[in-house]
Amino acid sequence: MDSYDAPQVTPRQSSSSRPENYFIGATPLQKRLESVRKQTPFVLTPPRRKIPQCSQLQEDVDPQRVAFLLHKQWTLYSLTPLYKFSYTHLKEYSRLLSAFIVAEKQKGLAVEVGEDFNIKVIFSTLLGMKGTQKDSEAFLVQILSKSQVPSENREGKVLWTGWFCCIFGDSLLETVSEDFTCLPLFLANGAESNTAIIGTWFQKTFDCYFSPLAINAFNLSWMAAMWTACKMDHYMAATEFLWSVPCSPQSLDISYAIHPEDAKALWDSVHKTPGEVTQEEVDLFMDCLYSHFHRHFKIHLSATRLVRVSTSVASAHTDGRIKILCHKYLIGVLAYLTELAIFQIE
Amino acid sequence: MSPQKRVKNSQAQNSTSQGSNSRQTKLSAWKVKQDLSDSKSISKHGQNSPMEDYEHADDQAEDALQVAVGYFEKGPIKTSQNKDKTLEKHLKTVEDVAWKNGLAPEEIDILLNVALSGKFGNAVNTRLLKCMIPATLISEDSVVKAVSWLCVGKCSGSIKVLFYRWLVAMFDFIDHKEQINLLYGFFFASLQDDALCPYVCHFLYLLTKKENVKPFRVRKLLDLQAKMGMQPHLQALLSLYKFFAPALISVSLPVRKKIYFKNSENLWKMALLAVRQRNQGPSPEPLKLMLGPANVRPVKRKWNSHSVIPVLNSNSYTKQCGKKEISLSDCLSNTGSFPLEQLQSFPQLLQNIHCLELPSQMGSVLNNSLLLHYINCVRDESILLRLYYWLSQTLQEECMWYKVNNYDHGKEFANFLDTIIRAESFLQEGFYSCEAFLYKSIPLWDGLCCRSQFLQLVSWIPFSSFSEVKPLLLDHLAQLFFTSTIYFKCSVLHSLKELLQNWLLWLSMDIHRPMMNSPLETTLGGSMTSLSKLIDYVGWLSTIAMRLEGNSAFLLHFILDFYEKVCDIYINYDLPLVVLFPPGVFYPALLSLDTTILNQLCYIMHRYRKNLSAAKKNELQQKAKPQFSFSSKTYQEFNHYLIAMVGCLWTSKPFEKGIYIDPEILEKAGVAEYKSSLNLVHHPSLLSYAVSFLLQESPEERTLNMSSIRGKKWNWYLDYLFSEGLQGLKLFIRSNIHRSSVPPIREHIPQQY
Repeated sequence: MDSYDAPQVTPRQSSSSRPENYFIGATPLQKRLESVRKQTPFVLTPPRRKIPQCSQLQEDVDPQRVAFLLHKQWTLYSLTPLYKFSYTHLKEYSRLLSAFIVAEKQKGLAVEVGEDFNIKVIFSTLLGMKGTQKDSEAFLVQILSKSQVPSENREGKVLWTGWFCCIFGDSLLETVSEDFTCLPLFLANGAESNTAIIGTWFQKTFDCYFSPLAINAFNLSWMAAMWTACKMDHYMAATEFLWSVPCSPQSLDISYAIHPEDAKALWDSVHKTPGEVTQEEVDLFMDCLYSHFHRHFKIHLSATRLVRVSTSVASAHTDGRIKILCHKYLIGVLAYLTELAIFQIE
Repeated sequence: MSPQKRVKNSQAQNSTSQGSNSRQTKLSAWKVKQDLSDSKSISKHGQNSPMEDYEHADDQAEDALQVAVGYFEKGPIKTSQNKDKTLEKHLKTVEDVAWKNGLAPEEIDILLNVALSGKFGNAVNTRLLKCMIPATLISEDSVVKAVSWLCVGKCSGSIKVLFYRWLVAMFDFIDHKEQINLLYGFFFASLQDDALCPYVCHFLYLLTKKENVKPFRVRKLLDLQAKMGMQPHLQALLSLYKFFAPALISVSLPVRKKIYFKNSENLWKMALLAVRQRNQGPSPEPLKLMLGPANVRPVKRKWNSHSVIPVLNSNSYTKQCGKKEISLSDCLSNTGSFPLEQLQSFPQLLQNIHCLELPSQMGSVLNNSLLLHYINCVRDESILLRLYYWLSQTLQEECMWYKVNNYDHGKEFANFLDTIIRAESFLQEGFYSCEAFLYKSIPLWDGLCCRSQFLQLVSWIPFSSFSEVKPLLLDHLAQLFFTSTIYFKCSVLHSLKELLQNWLLWLSMDIHRPMMNSPLETTLGGSMTSLSKLIDYVGWLSTIAMRLEGNSAFLLHFILDFYEKVCDIYINYDLPLVVLFPPGVFYPALLSLDTTILNQLCYIMHRYRKNLSAAKKNELQQKAKPQFSFSSKTYQEFNHYLIAMVGCLWTSKPFEKGIYIDPEILEKAGVAEYKSSLNLVHHPSLLSYAVSFLLQESPEERTLNMSSIRGKKWNWYLDYLFSEGLQGLKLFIRSNIHRSSVPPIREHIPQQY
């Protein structure tokens, strides 16, 4: 078959009119599109990333609040930029959202805004939870059940928590105008029905879009490598991988736990560039694990599907659930998740 | 309304009937379907499609159902012997259809009436009531009519109970509730019936609005509670009352949440699921059964919305948010803003275009042509960005969902794509989100799913640099192109033709309106390069496709259709570009066995000539900018093709230049006398015309002498061909071959026979 090479162009063109000059003074939408075009669909990820470091900004975060975010199972969503969201209206939003939730739960019966409900919605910012100064301020939404008896503990039980954040989201920020607030990563903990109601309210109010953020095996391997590379003072949990073999009637899961120090030793042996993780290193790291497993059990793990990775830093499931364990690397973990979320919405 | 407008309106009313009529039609032409802004009708619309599928298979069942409904409507026939048998048969029919597809509102209306009127026995009524499953919705009137039967005392207690349970279960499917709510007092009175009380409570719990809560009702409820004890159903109703009017109820109620009502819908559980599915598409349940590498989390795909495209809603939330800071001027401007829900016609849009309230979710404009007009002329970046994000994400998610479900729910995705394509062709402009979606999904596309939609989306890719589009899109499309059937090849060529046309329109608009702030800061030279590269690419595809498909005439039609657009770029779109077809297209077309192909080729050559002459003329008058003069190569190429064509068809000296064939080979092949075998008489696609022409001349002739067509007869033959509809040939010969003494033009060699 002939190979295609473009024949000479008919009109004689002046040297200045090159296709590269197409995008001069591009609007945000053009920039957005340009970035989409440049993404070759199969080379999705940069070949190298930084090993998570403890962030300076994170120091400002109230340690109690950070502790509140750790050790919880979060379901991940990507979120397109919020239109006309304002940090000065958080109180107002609490009021509207609680009315909306009550109305939804009453199956569409009309509810007056401002009436007393047995739930309470609190919006609060997570100051300092950002990668750079340019990142939008993260914020937290909590739904509390209000206790009817006033003498009881006033705060009530937390029914649902969700938070919005953006860690090193510069690439997204560049492509939107001021009317938008970029918080591409959304994490929820609580009943899915609540997430649905709250998500709907956000979608209706700020014209944004939530999509579940699944983590594919490729990115899970990256997480495994990056998190193993993190320096830890003491390890809290074993490094564990879970592979799934799709078969009938019940799928077969293979769990593979390694002592965290062994995992670190393996990583150190494949790791070359200081401070960075490269694609080759990730592949090599996983290959070592595979061949070790094959030697013992004669099973090619590379033929199965990696579904979960847990380390002392964090654990992640392919379904898009994550649990962050280590306070020190919180920002680092979130930065990678933000990157995945931004990729999904681009 | 301003006084001025009022005057206008009254004038319109007072004017002659003819005048007001014309105004009316004008308005109605622009009237947006109200349905689109109404969620219920959207869901109704959505249901139609699955129903159609069933229709064919169930035609017979439908007929039987009609008979059965008729039977029940008439009432029991006393005299008939095998009454029970017929009754049973009809009852079974109704049950079958109801549980399978649900019943239409009219059928429910009739049968509900029958069941509660007590025409038949209790057992029959019970069975009928149990199968009152709507296909989609239940009309409010039917319910009101049914309730009226409750007062006459024709039906037993158990039927009444069943009826209330049914009402509770089907509550969400009743299309309106205003009339029913007017009967609130009646329902409330039924609480006194001990057997009915729990079910009526549940029903009232669903029905109660704030204005229904009255002191006397509260008193009555409290009395009932005192009489019957702490019944959970009464408590539930009371707590609802307390919620609406806390001042009226001072007794404290237990706060702990529990199920107040027995699950009275369990009778219809399966049916309800089916109705919901019909009403809002698939439920996510079947996903769990999936095996294999499904990387997708089985989450509820849609939160609370019935259709993919959001319902049109004014921006009420954000407005409310700013309420506190509203100053007087804000207030005034706010009252001046025009709510979207009222926007019905184009004149309205024009009058209010400065103060239109935008929808809270930009995606809702897709279904509203008036708003599409609006976003088309408003160059507000944030509007476009909102639409961009919504559309990108929705496309991505719907597409993924569609694949996860093994293409079972393809219709919904295809419908969504159709809506987008409709909007794109309405705007005559592609959406950037669709372009991005194509770039992401075409590499993974199997070439089958939603083929026509995908290819239509391709043709709406906004104009951009070809070298960027090629690796992202066309290279992937080419792989499918080469490995797929001829029909796929034709559809790809067709959509590339549309793409070219859209690009041409876009560029010609852009060039002739330099004031317009074009989104792409293009230079004319760059644009022309892109265009010519696209055309060359299609030429390359066509050449290979012709070889793969054995010079199929069918394929050639689509290729020549493309070149029919190409040859007229200079004149039709006023763009300085002429690109000729490759030899791989030209020669198969010239030697085709199909007359229409030859005719089309002649037409295209004629148009090329017109375009090139126009270009030359402009060049000589130095109208054109110097960098856009065509290279002499284009003229040479054209002349080369022209000589070949004239040589074949007219002068019987085919391929004198360029191709040399050894006479020995020709002799071996038995075509030593080949020279005239491709002229207008002997050309394989025209031979049959020549025969008919000769037979027309002398019908009795046994042996036809083809070479007798010469001189005057040749001219008659030509007229005969033209009269047979070969307009392309006519134009070609008229413009290229000068049979008079007019001196030939430089670019070609016209000859007279």
